[in-house]
Amino acid sequence: MLIGQEVLRIMDLEKSFGQRVVLKKLTLTVRQGEVLVVVGPSGCGKSTLLRCLNGLEPVNGGQIVFGGQYLTDPQTNWSQIRQRVGMVFQNYELCPHLTALENVLLGPVKVQKRKKTEAMAKAEHWLTRVDLWDRRDSYPRQLSGGQKQRVAIVRALAMDPEIMLFDEVTASLDPEMVREVLDVILNLAKEGLTMIVVTHEMAFARAVADRIIFMDDGRIVEDSAPEAFFRAPATERARRFLNVFHYDDIHAPNPAKAEPSKDANATKAEPSKDANAKAEPSKDAAKDAAEGLGPAKGGGAP
Amino acid sequence: MLDSALSVFRMGRNMARLMEGLGVTLEISLLAVALSILLGVPIGLLMASRSLLAKRSLRLYLEFIRVMPILVLLFLFYYTISKFWNVNLSAMTVSILVFTLWGTAEMGDLVRGAVTSLSRHQWDSGRALGLSETQVSFYVVIPQAARRLLPGVINLTTRMIKTTPFVYFINLPDLMKVGQQVVEVSGFRNPLASVWVYGFIFLIYFVICYPISVLSRRLERRWHN
Ligand SMILES: Nc1ncnc2c1ncn2[C@@H]1O[C@H](COP(=O)(O)OP(=O)(O)OP(=O)(O)O)[C@@H](O)[C@H]1O
Ligand SMILES: [Mg+2]
Repeated sequence: MLIGQEVLRIMDLEKSFGQRVVLKKLTLTVRQGEVLVVVGPSGCGKSTLLRCLNGLEPVNGGQIVFGGQYLTDPQTNWSQIRQRVGMVFQNYELCPHLTALENVLLGPVKVQKRKKTEAMAKAEHWLTRVDLWDRRDSYPRQLSGGQKQRVAIVRALAMDPEIMLFDEVTASLDPEMVREVLDVILNLAKEGLTMIVVTHEMAFARAVADRIIFMDDGRIVEDSAPEAFFRAPATERARRFLNVFHYDDIHAPNPAKAEPSKDANATKAEPSKDANAKAEPSKDAAKDAAEGLGPAKGGGAP
Repeated sequence: MLDSALSVFRMGRNMARLMEGLGVTLEISLLAVALSILLGVPIGLLMASRSLLAKRSLRLYLEFIRVMPILVLLFLFYYTISKFWNVNLSAMTVSILVFTLWGTAEMGDLVRGAVTSLSRHQWDSGRALGLSETQVSFYVVIPQAARRLLPGVINLTTRMIKTTPFVYFINLPDLMKVGQQVVEVSGFRNPLASVWVYGFIFLIYFVICYPISVLSRRLERRWHN
């Protein structure tokens, strides 16, 4: 993967909700084609960070520079910026009264004012890639969670964004649907789309990331290559965080270690167990394995 | 039989008077329903807003209207308030006023419900696509809120129409009142007069309310697919 010039620079970013400081002088740079995976305990500010980047949350201090433009400037034309920064949420948030295709066309037609035929061609291209072109006339409630999330990803991609933000896009999915969504993201990464991915799927993080950002309590605690982060995290805090995803075998001979982790975060770790089994191969291996561009076995009918 | 029925409606100005009564009923209903929807939307949005003052005072207004029988409100405005402030409000004005006060409160609560039940995330995802606030309202929020509102609004509309005969008590000659007068006058010559007249009125209310509920069911079904 060719990592190019700087796309996004975040400097001393500060964000509070009332008295509560959620992002504490956060500094980060993202380059063209880079896949940044942000991990960290619940409540550490991952979602808030993403939401600051496309102006869903106003910031309290610091600077965000995107494509040479200062987003912290109060004059920022957010509608224009948001066309270039795609975002996908945990709960899909498709419009329930619009079909899959209409959802995808919403941005290009209403925001970008593109010609219908041009927008349509683009929608067909992307929906075909995620194996959902034949489901284009379905309403969100007629689609499975994984299918909805793929439509949501396509909806953002249809605007030709320069960077994509994914906020725990598999957290609401049944385990068997996680893979089809992660495969789509993996393929986008392989093609060199710049993105910031927040996830609790550690195996996926390892496979897709060029860099892992570990956040804790509103700060970036570690910023390292995935192999280094997962093999030997530099900080005690990251080690403890990663431990949550590791289950001791209760049948192990050592009785002292027989208790499963009782950490409050333990529930969050649940899905990663299956993910571990599925996505163990390294990024390139996984990317090569994924033939074609859509999810491995398509979503089929629900 | 038919003769007996026709004679009631043919006698004097009976039919014309019934139609005038229907006119009064329709005028109150249409005006009050239209005004309630028009005023209820902003009231509902205020009730869903962050302003605590607006929320509390509107809640109080809603509760007050809810616990108060319509008849009491009609009397209050027609006899008490007009005497007290020495303003002369016609029975028609009072009726429209009271029905609008009631309808606005109920409509406001419906709008509040529809708007607050839409998750904040729908706003976020619309904005994240680059839609402006107005576009999000127009393409994302209003179509969904309207779908949620429809059953409640239809229910409120028919309830308001069905409640209009209460204006009888402040001597407004609506359909019901006129019907009763016609029956009183024709009753001793035609013992079946009450059957024909009230049957006719029943039919009229049915003809007004039934299509509204059919329309609503149609829309709901269409929106569901
Ligand atoms: N709109 C808001 N108003 C007040 N506090 C908020 C708001 N949004 C987030 N917070 C607080 O900010 C902190 C960071 O929240 P954020 O959602 O960014 O965490 P997160 O890292 O995404 O967590 P999770 O992994 O659970 O999604 C939390 O303590 C949260 O309670
Ligand atoms: Mg989050």
